[in-house]
Amino acid sequence: MAKETIHVPALARVEGEGGLYIGVKDGKVEEIKVNIYEPPRFFEGFLRGRFLQDVPDITARICGICPVAYQFSSIRAMEKALGITVPPQVTALRKLLYYAEWIESHVLHIYMLQGPDLTGHESAITLAADAPEVVANALRAKKAGNDTMSAIAGRSVHPVNACVGGWYRWPEKTKLEAMLPELRWGLEFAKETVRWAVNLDYPELQIEDYEFVAVHNENEYGILEGDIISSIHGVLAEEDYEKYYAEKHVQHSNALHSYTKDGAPYMVGPLARFNMNFDQLGEVAKQAALDNGAKPEITNPYKQLIARAVETVQAFDMCIQLIEAYNPTGPSYQPLVLAKGNGCAASEAPRGLLFHRYEIDENGLVEFARIVPPTAQNLARMEADLSKMMPQVLEMPHDEATLTCEHLLRAYDPCISCATHFLTLTVEEV
Amino acid sequence: MANKKSKKPTIAVYKFSSCDGCQLGILNLEDELLDLVGVVEIAHFLEARRQVLPGPYDIGLVEGSVSTPEEVQRIKEIRHSCGILIALGTCATAGGVQGLRNFEDLEELINIVYEHPEFIDSLPNSTRVADHVKVDYELWGCPVNKYQVVEALVAILQNRRPNLPQYSLCLECKRLGNPCVTVAYGMPCLGPIVRAGCGALCPSNGRGCYGCFGPMDTAEVDAFIPVLKSHQRYPGEAVRLLRTISGYAPAFVDAAELILAQEEE
Repeated sequence: MAKETIHVPALARVEGEGGLYIGVKDGKVEEIKVNIYEPPRFFEGFLRGRFLQDVPDITARICGICPVAYQFSSIRAMEKALGITVPPQVTALRKLLYYAEWIESHVLHIYMLQGPDLTGHESAITLAADAPEVVANALRAKKAGNDTMSAIAGRSVHPVNACVGGWYRWPEKTKLEAMLPELRWGLEFAKETVRWAVNLDYPELQIEDYEFVAVHNENEYGILEGDIISSIHGVLAEEDYEKYYAEKHVQHSNALHSYTKDGAPYMVGPLARFNMNFDQLGEVAKQAALDNGAKPEITNPYKQLIARAVETVQAFDMCIQLIEAYNPTGPSYQPLVLAKGNGCAASEAPRGLLFHRYEIDENGLVEFARIVPPTAQNLARMEADLSKMMPQVLEMPHDEATLTCEHLLRAYDPCISCATHFLTLTVEEV
Repeated sequence: MANKKSKKPTIAVYKFSSCDGCQLGILNLEDELLDLVGVVEIAHFLEARRQVLPGPYDIGLVEGSVSTPEEVQRIKEIRHSCGILIALGTCATAGGVQGLRNFEDLEELINIVYEHPEFIDSLPNSTRVADHVKVDYELWGCPVNKYQVVEALVAILQNRRPNLPQYSLCLECKRLGNPCVTVAYGMPCLGPIVRAGCGALCPSNGRGCYGCFGPMDTAEVDAFIPVLKSHQRYPGEAVRLLRTISGYAPAFVDAAELILAQEEE
């Protein structure tokens, strides 16, 4: 029986470094800590004084798995600060790059990070020994995402083509079209993945009091832009995000933990998007979900993998549609007219809502930067979920208990590298 | 190479202060990954697997810069447990993007970012691995070129030196047939002093190089500075370009300081 402390000094199969500590004394849980010891990197500090066009190249480096999310939250915030509106073709290509990033990140997570927990393997390496075709197909699907990113923007980790004002260059249509066969194969593989995902044996856990928060757009599945939707507060403007959600610096963490203004945890990520934006899913993804009995509201955090699988269908489908419609005309980029300003933007990183806000001076230099990554927003929620899971966990043998807790954290696809560079709690607007 | 004849050589992958992108490069070797795990034993790679085999290991790959007292301790222990140590990516070879904080007052930065500065324990600078321990091979790049990782591993297994480009980005760019962005469009570009390796991605996308692969060993920085300065599009651009990804590489530190000194005159 796990009537003793659970301590995982270094979590495996997550991005970045963190640990888990659950203090148990006399069969009672005394303390639950998701411990982030990834070193601080001070992005908001050294961004000050940088020229606004440098910012997307720098913020990309916050995360090697979701650099596009960082680039587009930065770019959109800067464009809002300057009062720029970009043409629909620029936006369409941004969505294409963003969905391609979802493919590589989601497939990595489904098959290589969380999946092994559900198939009883310690990694995709041992999974590959038992089921080589599963891993080979996953790698092929992931590669389709990475190669699509490279075709648009040079490379998949820290791509180089996106900029404030548009794109440095229109990618060649033939290069994008060359991706279509692999993307079409990937779409079918993603549908199979949904079938596979709904039939896995997940630990039982229902959380009744989730507040889901996601980017929301009436006309399409929220990814690049839109309002913010909360399952409690309804639709909010991006500008109001900081009125509802704030960060707190806790001692066991180099990351700040986010809470609602009432001090409650909330959830961002695939489950929040799936539950709040199901109506906006494309027909193909919606059908793949309904065919397999996946529909809102899913409230078992372990089942984030199912939402991720449905979103992988959405991502492949959208990549195909966007490439088929790609036909750029006119300049890829509009010259910037610098002016003093303040802009914020939220977009949906693969692991959840990513909020940026900047103040720039009349020369286009950053005076203030705030970056709120998804994993920071989920940290408090992870601890609350663990707390709900403890009665079951305490009945398990220690090894199984430890694995079950680790699995819960991995289900969030935490990106700990992202989560460690935060601002103070001071929120001027409120 | 293997510690015992019958065993596969063991590889350990470690993370320090970084974004995870270079480790991800290994997982992004989609066509090579399953072959790779056929010839080497992935003994320690937290991002990829839960199982950790006991050391020592034949080859250690270190991603990230050394930026906290705890990391100084850890890199020394890792050096002891790895036969060959490879610094993986520009964080490990030059302090990385977080090396930009080295040009600022750390105490002020901590106060800007954190509510409770007393919880934070950082070195004054974000430093490269070679500042603390002997490094056998350095693979530059932000991110590294994943095929250079394969080349380094294969070369070590074959007992030869890795074949890595020692020339400038310009050569790579010319081979692709790109028009020079400086000559044709008047853009500042670090290509002439940056080591090749990325495939000249930025000039291929119509923008100047910002130095992900760091200064090449034989860079003629002094000769290049006037060219860079004369193509600035706004005041301070030359220094900021040098201080982006590889800003704390000694050659770029010197170049930026020289430009700042010249501007003061």
